Amino acid sequence: MTSGAEEVLFWCLAPLMVIAALGLIFARKAVHATICMVFVMISLAVMYIANQAPFLGIVQVVVYTGAVMMLFLFVIMLVGVDAGDSLVDTLKGQKWIGWILGIGLGITLFSFLGRLTLSGGQGHGSTVANNPAELARVLLGNFVFPLELVGILLVTAAIAALTMTHKRNLTRRIGQKELADARVASGARLTPLPSPGVFAQRNAMDVPALDPQGNPVESSVSRVLRARGQERDAIYDPEIEQLDKAGRPAPSTWDHEIEASSATLDEMPEQGAGVADGEASQSENSSTEKED
Amino acid sequence: MDYANYLYLAVILFTIGGATVLLRRNAIIVFMGIELMLNAANLAFVTFSRIHGDLTGQVVAFFVMTVAAAEVVVGLAIIVSIYRSRRSVSVDDINLLKN
Amino acid sequence: MINASWLLIAIPLVSSAILLLAGKRSNSWGHWLGVLASTASFVVGVGALFELLGKDASERVVDVHLFDWINAGSLHVGAGLRIDPLSLTFVMLVTFVGTLIHVYSVAYMEHDTDRRRFFAYLNLFVASMLILVLANSYLLLFVGWEGVGLASYLLIGFWNHNPNYATAAKKAFVMNRVADVGMIVALGSIFATFGSLEFAQVLPNAEGLAAGNQGMMNLIGIMLLVAACGKSAQFPLQAWLGDAMAGPTPVSALIHAATMVTAGVYLIVRSGAIFTQAPNALLVVAIIGAITLLFGAIVGCAKDDIKKTLAASTMSQIGYMMLAAGLGPIGYAFAIFHLLTHGFFKAGMFLGAGSVMHGMSDDVNMRNFGALSKFMKVTWITFGLGWLAILGVPPFSGFWSKDKIIESAFATNHGEGWQPWVFGLVALIGAGITAFYMSRLFFMTFHGKARWSSEESSELVHRHPHESPALMTWPMIILAVGSAFLGLVLSLGDRFVTWLEPVTGHVDEHEPVIAVPVLMTVTLVLVVLGVFLAWRQYGAATVPTTPPQGSVLTRAARADLYQDSVNEAVFMRPGQYATRTLVFGDKKLVDGAFTGLAALIGTIGIGLKKLHNGYIRTYAAMMLAGLIIVLIVAYVIWN
Repeated sequence: MTSGAEEVLFWCLAPLMVIAALGLIFARKAVHATICMVFVMISLAVMYIANQAPFLGIVQVVVYTGAVMMLFLFVIMLVGVDAGDSLVDTLKGQKWIGWILGIGLGITLFSFLGRLTLSGGQGHGSTVANNPAELARVLLGNFVFPLELVGILLVTAAIAALTMTHKRNLTRRIGQKELADARVASGARLTPLPSPGVFAQRNAMDVPALDPQGNPVESSVSRVLRARGQERDAIYDPEIEQLDKAGRPAPSTWDHEIEASSATLDEMPEQGAGVADGEASQSENSSTEKED
Repeated sequence: MDYANYLYLAVILFTIGGATVLLRRNAIIVFMGIELMLNAANLAFVTFSRIHGDLTGQVVAFFVMTVAAAEVVVGLAIIVSIYRSRRSVSVDDINLLKN
Repeated sequence: MINASWLLIAIPLVSSAILLLAGKRSNSWGHWLGVLASTASFVVGVGALFELLGKDASERVVDVHLFDWINAGSLHVGAGLRIDPLSLTFVMLVTFVGTLIHVYSVAYMEHDTDRRRFFAYLNLFVASMLILVLANSYLLLFVGWEGVGLASYLLIGFWNHNPNYATAAKKAFVMNRVADVGMIVALGSIFATFGSLEFAQVLPNAEGLAAGNQGMMNLIGIMLLVAACGKSAQFPLQAWLGDAMAGPTPVSALIHAATMVTAGVYLIVRSGAIFTQAPNALLVVAIIGAITLLFGAIVGCAKDDIKKTLAASTMSQIGYMMLAAGLGPIGYAFAIFHLLTHGFFKAGMFLGAGSVMHGMSDDVNMRNFGALSKFMKVTWITFGLGWLAILGVPPFSGFWSKDKIIESAFATNHGEGWQPWVFGLVALIGAGITAFYMSRLFFMTFHGKARWSSEESSELVHRHPHESPALMTWPMIILAVGSAFLGLVLSLGDRFVTWLEPVTGHVDEHEPVIAVPVLMTVTLVLVVLGVFLAWRQYGAATVPTTPPQGSVLTRAARADLYQDSVNEAVFMRPGQYATRTLVFGDKKLVDGAFTGLAALIGTIGIGLKKLHNGYIRTYAAMMLAGLIIVLIVAYVIWN
């Protein structure tokens, strides 16, 4: 009854899913196993959508893949990324028991399936498009009580998780005043890093701030960038100027000196450069100093 | 398209999930095996729902998903707290109920 | 006096109770109370006897009803006494001989601190024996039967600080118990056949009921015989009599010579009416009697213990009585006659042996005796009279009774078939052997060279034989007089047989296959031969003080013809094994089943405990396995 497309989809996806699921058994590192699981989850979501359960498919992605598997990853992070299994089993014969029982279970269930006679399959036909609404109809119609209970269950689970992972302070909590006092006593920097300053033209991270004298402040750039040599000059950048100008508003009455200067737009840079030259030379000096 | 294929797939996934529980020692991976089993059951539900044209299957799968999420939350919380006290996530180390 | 005949039993019984309960306080006068009780019984018995003699012959069976005893369903047994010639004969024997022995014991047990207890037991015995012979029902007889068994046990094991004596008492009791099984089966059979246990209902009806119940009659007869064998020490239950000599000599005299061992004969003669209807049983009785006769005689020839020889002699003489009783109605009266005379001379001889032991410092080994006739004159004479009586030398008692038995033996079965010849010859040969070993005893003890010495320096045993005190000699004298003349007196005019006729019935005597004078002569010749052989070996020649090797027969006779080994091998060991097997089975199977069940559950528990190894994966595996099983079951059901 279904189209061939679905069959193709199935036969492409199913083997991959199985291989991924097998990765769960055979993967050494926990993270690899988690990634395999994620693949399986997403494939399952695809299958649900193929099976005319779009809502469920999306929920699968959102809840299972998005929340649950991420939760797994976080826990792996907490617990130890490299906590892997050795090949040798601690329990005697557990490997054989596991394989035999697993395969036995598979055979048993397969035999059940073999006796199964399935009808043609009615599918959800018309309701597929409105799947969430139809689902809601059934959910809030027949299954209201279980719904509420599941809600309570979720709340309880959340509280349980909080309770269980709650760490009690083993030492006394260090307050802000104590931190500040400790900082003063050790002679560390008391103030935060300086802001760009009034004279600064940019507030990018890699551009130093300008102090009231117009000199760049070194410590305003992150130590990492400084170490990496990714700090930029605080001098006037013509590119930026052009961009600035392009976005500048129309000259107004109070802006006559600017108008005056706008005629000599070409000189502006010199002026600006002259104005800034002094600073620029200073800044160059400083920058050369810096670059040294 | 034979709907039974989905069921076979569900069975295979369920088996693999069960084998994972028995064979792996890392508690988190064991938990993932359990999740795989639940998902396989979900797939079977959805398939049957499609076969019968009854949305109840999907509703049940929905509930399973919810409950599984709650279970994962609590289970991982437990694993974390066990890790905190014992510094190990191997299920074989949690054998104080011996005999 | 007949109506007061319950006093016969009551007086000794009460006396026994008093002596036992009064305890040590009565130690100084207890024995005289015992003697008095016995004498009182004798007086009452004499009174009853005279009253019965005053009655007509047809009225001489009197039943005195005492009280209603058992009323259970169809079983009605009243407790009462039967006063008839048979029971009064026994009453006379028991009380007369008993009183004499009581008097004897006063002196014999003088140095024993437990003398009072001895008299208590003696009185208890007298009371029980009188219950036995005076009972008017089989059940009351059985009460007396058990009573004498108890008294015998208490008296044999009187010195029970000696383990051998205690064991001898136990042996006697156990063998009697075996016989009592026969008695109980007989009681049951009698009740089943006759519907009652009282003599008045059983004995007169025996003839009428015999026709259809031949098998039952034979069964009753055989069972009564089994009971009698135990009490009278007949083959095959004879092993206890020799060991019973562990008791004090008065006990041996009273119980194991005169009275208790004759209870078996009493039982058979009393049940004569039944036996007459059961000829097969009667034949078995005779055969047993014959076997025991020879058994006792052979054993008696090799014993060196004076008391054990006398015990073997008792066994043999009761064999004679059994043989007589087994000959049918003609023999019943003769059996009782011999019983009566035997009671006198055997008791006399036992008391004489006691006197000899008393003089020889309680030594019983005849090889240490010899030439005592010069030192113990009264004992010698009284013992000698008893010896002559048992030999059957006329005109002493034994001659009259024993010869009658030999004649009747030759007249069995109306003189036809093998019975007369076999039984007669056995009786005859027995008489000869009796003569031999009794003479051997007499000569070894009283004649020959002394194998002891009163001097310290001699290498022979050191002894000071002396005559016994008056309290011991007078009973011996009285009994010796009885041994001498009683038989003659009672034989005159067949008065004893006539006296017993109301009980035994009148029977015409048959002619023996050998003529009576011939028989008498042959008997006397055999007796003289026996005496001569004994004299030659034990009177004239020197008797070695250590027993010589002897022939196979001698050694066998010394070992009581291996009776103990046979009993042990046939009964005791298998019984022991059976008991052990049962105990083992009980412990292992019955107890083992329960403790095993408990242990099994414990083991299962411990085994299951191993499943709890604490590992989650094992539990998961178990869950999965369970799931698979459930699925398979569901699959099967689904099919």
